[in-house]
Amino acid sequence: MTNFVNSLGIILFATLVYATPLLYGALGSCFSEVSGVVNIGIEGMMTAGAFTGTVIAYFTGSPWIGFLCGGLAGAFFGMLHAFATVSLGADQTIAGTAINMLGPGIVIMIAKVLFNSTDTIPLSASQKMPKLFAGTFDTSTVFGRFMDNVFATYVSTYLVFVAVIIVWFIFYKTRFGLRLRACGEHPQACETLGINVIAMRFACVCISGFLSGLGGACVTMALSTQFRPISIVGQGFIAIAAVIFGKFRPQGALLGCLLFGFCSGLKVVLGGSSGVNMHLISMIPYVVTVIVLVLFVGKSRVPAANGKPYIKAK
Amino acid sequence: MTKKKGFLDVISENRFIHILLSILLGFLVGAVFLVIMNLSVSAAYGRLINSVTSLKGFSYVVVYAVPYIVAGLSVAFSFKTGVFNIGAEGQFVVGSMAAVVTSIFGASLPKPLLIPLCFLAAMAAGAIWGIIVGVLKTKWGINEVLSMIMFNWIAFYLSNFIAGIPAIKNEGTAEATKNIADNASLLFSKDFIKSAGLAPTANWGFIAAIVATVLIWFIIEKTTLGYELKAVGSNKFAAEYGGISVNRSILTALAISGALAGLAGALQVMGMGKRISIFTSQEGFGFAGIVVALIGCSNPFGVLVAGLFYGALMYGGSKLNLEGVPTQLINVIVGTVVFFIAISVIFENLKRLKGRAAVKKAVAEKEGKK
Amino acid sequence: MAKQYVDMNTPVIEMRNIVKRFGDFVANDGINLTVHKGEIHAILGENGAGKSTLMNQLYGLLKPTSGDILVNGKKIEMNNPRDAIDAGIGMVHQHFMLVQPFTVTENIVLGTEPTKGVKLDMATARKNVVEISERYGLSIDPDAKIEDISVGMQQRVEILKALYRGADILILDEPTSSLTPQEITELIAIMHNLVKDGKSIIIITHKLKEIKESADFCTIIRMGKYIDTVDVDKVDENDLASMMVGRKVTFKVDKPEQKPGEVVLDVKDLHCLDYRGIEIVKGLNLQVRRGEIVGIAGIDGNGQTELVEVITGLRKGTKGQVLVNGTDVFNKPPAFGFQHGVSSIPADRQKHGLVLDFSIEDNLILQNYEKDPFAKKRVLKRDSIFAHASESIEKYDIRPSGSEKRPAGTLSGGNQQKVIIAREVQNDKDLLIAVNPTRGLDVGAIEYVHKYIVDQRNKGKAVLLVSFELDEIMSLSDIIDVIFDGQIVASIPGKEANENDLGLMMAGGGKKK
Repeated sequence: MTNFVNSLGIILFATLVYATPLLYGALGSCFSEVSGVVNIGIEGMMTAGAFTGTVIAYFTGSPWIGFLCGGLAGAFFGMLHAFATVSLGADQTIAGTAINMLGPGIVIMIAKVLFNSTDTIPLSASQKMPKLFAGTFDTSTVFGRFMDNVFATYVSTYLVFVAVIIVWFIFYKTRFGLRLRACGEHPQACETLGINVIAMRFACVCISGFLSGLGGACVTMALSTQFRPISIVGQGFIAIAAVIFGKFRPQGALLGCLLFGFCSGLKVVLGGSSGVNMHLISMIPYVVTVIVLVLFVGKSRVPAANGKPYIKAK
Repeated sequence: MTKKKGFLDVISENRFIHILLSILLGFLVGAVFLVIMNLSVSAAYGRLINSVTSLKGFSYVVVYAVPYIVAGLSVAFSFKTGVFNIGAEGQFVVGSMAAVVTSIFGASLPKPLLIPLCFLAAMAAGAIWGIIVGVLKTKWGINEVLSMIMFNWIAFYLSNFIAGIPAIKNEGTAEATKNIADNASLLFSKDFIKSAGLAPTANWGFIAAIVATVLIWFIIEKTTLGYELKAVGSNKFAAEYGGISVNRSILTALAISGALAGLAGALQVMGMGKRISIFTSQEGFGFAGIVVALIGCSNPFGVLVAGLFYGALMYGGSKLNLEGVPTQLINVIVGTVVFFIAISVIFENLKRLKGRAAVKKAVAEKEGKK
Repeated sequence: MAKQYVDMNTPVIEMRNIVKRFGDFVANDGINLTVHKGEIHAILGENGAGKSTLMNQLYGLLKPTSGDILVNGKKIEMNNPRDAIDAGIGMVHQHFMLVQPFTVTENIVLGTEPTKGVKLDMATARKNVVEISERYGLSIDPDAKIEDISVGMQQRVEILKALYRGADILILDEPTSSLTPQEITELIAIMHNLVKDGKSIIIITHKLKEIKESADFCTIIRMGKYIDTVDVDKVDENDLASMMVGRKVTFKVDKPEQKPGEVVLDVKDLHCLDYRGIEIVKGLNLQVRRGEIVGIAGIDGNGQTELVEVITGLRKGTKGQVLVNGTDVFNKPPAFGFQHGVSSIPADRQKHGLVLDFSIEDNLILQNYEKDPFAKKRVLKRDSIFAHASESIEKYDIRPSGSEKRPAGTLSGGNQQKVIIAREVQNDKDLLIAVNPTRGLDVGAIEYVHKYIVDQRNKGKAVLLVSFELDEIMSLSDIIDVIFDGQIVASIPGKEANENDLGLMMAGGGKKK
């Protein structure tokens, strides 16, 4: 029993830690995709955020300024993507692929210049993303240890759950959200009603970059303490997968990310105790995602105007 | 009415000019970064050019290019048939592993038998990886981009798992498979390499890449199969109306695309790779294939050239640190090239607007004469 | 009822000498338009004449190259639809501008949403929508999703959208193109209600009968040029038609008498479900013989679309038989039906008829790409494909000539339809199914399409014509089958049919067999 509770605590801890960056990326992806712009550049935007966050935190000593700048770095690449796809009507997949090369290319090059290495210098404890409720629970009891595992976690994790609620509210309860969803379904209709589709989409893709950048910063400022070229390896794509999984809804993406995080947590516990090959265990999150898709989720309805450039007649 | 061709006409009509311009701009942006970093542009680009223009250098470029070309063909083929094979990465991985395993168990077979067998195994593995995604899509409507991302990782861990199986694992301490059997190696003979002064990994793979290029071009442009797949890719409703089975076409397209990516994997490991390591992160050949397909405009021969270009940048880029230049400069250049290719559509959009007006005008004039 | 609500002293819209160029193409060349308060003003012209371009300028979607727009006597600069909306102009587009997964209320308030703080105030929105729909007698379900309601309902939502924004001047772009006869009657009643209320309406159309029934004045545009503005009561349909096309047009289709031959299509007790899984075709029986045109008359949504989909193999039925020359093609793939004698001109030419990215030559071989002379051993023979295309382009007058290698998507609607007709007619099958074959085409192209359909009949083919245009059914059909609620409720010789009886039967009245 004690073991079970301990394991559960560790799994939940890992779930949250793994899910957090994915969730930022997924919320970002939601903004872009739902407004009608395919953004496979999330990965590159997360990488930019991962590097910038930790570097700025290192130089300023403030994790908060670092975290914010991580978001802004992502937003910068979001702006590039928006400029190409929204302003100029470029192919969204091609532009996204370019972002995925430019993001890592540029930041790793800067890393080489600043640190003469592709890795950044690890953050000290005070530069790192702080933990909430650290030391609040008595870890000498089973229950306390469980609570410590689950709740004594990084602020960025708490923030992302707040962000999910805010994004959900924006999408379904505000004027901006109604218009943003309409832009992804029928941009011409929006234009005839005096809604500026270009401006809406531009803003959404920038927001998408900002949130992805925050997600990247979580990886290097909470999960680990430094940026390395392999800090972001596929999380951006998993985030996109979570959004498709969640049928392009923020609350659905939350489920997708938690499922994925949970399986990753399971992997950590099983990898330590059972004799099963580590590599096979590592497959679990991906295999489970596919199985859940087939059994419970099925077809995902893509926003009608998703991927189609909107070009205004003059 | 005769009118001189304007700047816009010339630019917009020629896809090739877009690509060249984009490449130029890519190097320009690279130069800007070099200047910012206070490095010599001429030294960096000089090194890049020198390292790929010697005979030995060029043979390296070809060796590097082969898997990129074939992976590029895989993605280009998928673009033509209306799917986006972001899963080439995973298909590449299972393909290369299938080739290694086949070579280890068939080590005693003669070369003319073992090499085709390895190719076949790799293509089958890649095709199966593609078909799984296709079945998920056609049978349960699962979004193919999503399942491809998942299957890339499943392939990655599967490869790591197989590499650790005692019968496959290297006898030494290396976290890798055994080397492929000599009879499965595509390398030129050591004597030839030495006498011709080629790269030590120079191999026959480029022949396979050229054959694949021509074959894929032929399938797309000249066969009824290509017609079917393109029809389904452009408008599946009309294709179905015309009597083409949509689901079968999607599966066929994914199988062929997967087989190509698998073949790319085999060429990599039977050529310069020799063995497969237990990876810590994805190697990115499949993602490189996307870039190559885009630079090559999804045209098989374009992909051939784009693959060589990409191979040259990758090999030349690896020499950049001799000039104190970070090799990541190459990613910035390629990323910029792709970015400009993406936005070069504005020329086509402008032209289309003009073209539409021209058609209306022509029709109006004709009607007016009646 | 003529002009009883028109106030000739109060012009609400004046467009003066409007010129609109796209590059060197002049879409509008000095057009004048005056609309008065309480007036229904029709704008008549063929497809491509520049009607929509003119209206898009009035609605701020396009900017005139030169010319003035006055609203209520005041010159107004229209930079975007917002300006038009503020000036009291509303527009209902031909292709509805509705967000499918949104509710009726959400669609109506989009762009002018009521809010409470940062929050959308959907309760107030709903209340406002209900209020306005009651005020104008346009009943709708405010909570229904657009994708679940009929085309006629969707049009009401579009009109409400404009009224909700306080529009006093309504522009209706081809409002009847996808409506049933009953819905058209309703729409005309709605229009009369609105002008009674002091609104003014501009209606873009190329349907002469509707102009006669609804409009007070009519402005005719031909190839971008202003032709005339006429008092509708003082002209007849033939006058309007010749002003529109610049020559006299005949509406009659010449059709020699001929005796039909043996049965080609025999549909027995057919049942099928619609996309929601509800039975829509309910035990339908139908026969088409050689050398005759059977027209299916009916209101959209009574099963005709699904009927054709089952015959052509695009939809699975639940029960029944579809015999083509004695072979049952029921629930077989489209290719099987094609092999056994079914060819068709689909309702949606861009969705089902053509691969828009493909060249004309490739579109012309869509069902035959595998067969001699276009392919041998699965390898395409490009020379024969090109020759075939050149021949078809010549014979079927597909314009512009020499467009064998052009993507089909670059052709005009009429020429796209010609490509499909060329393909289907040359397939030379015993049965030709044509669904709304002239939808969205101009007068010239309509004549052309009708000629080819009658030609097929004269050659001894069996033709099944499904159309929402009652005129088309009546002028072409040898036999008219009326479809209602998934069954053929009446079968009348074409010559004996009259519009009133048909209309009644299509609405489910006067059931007789």
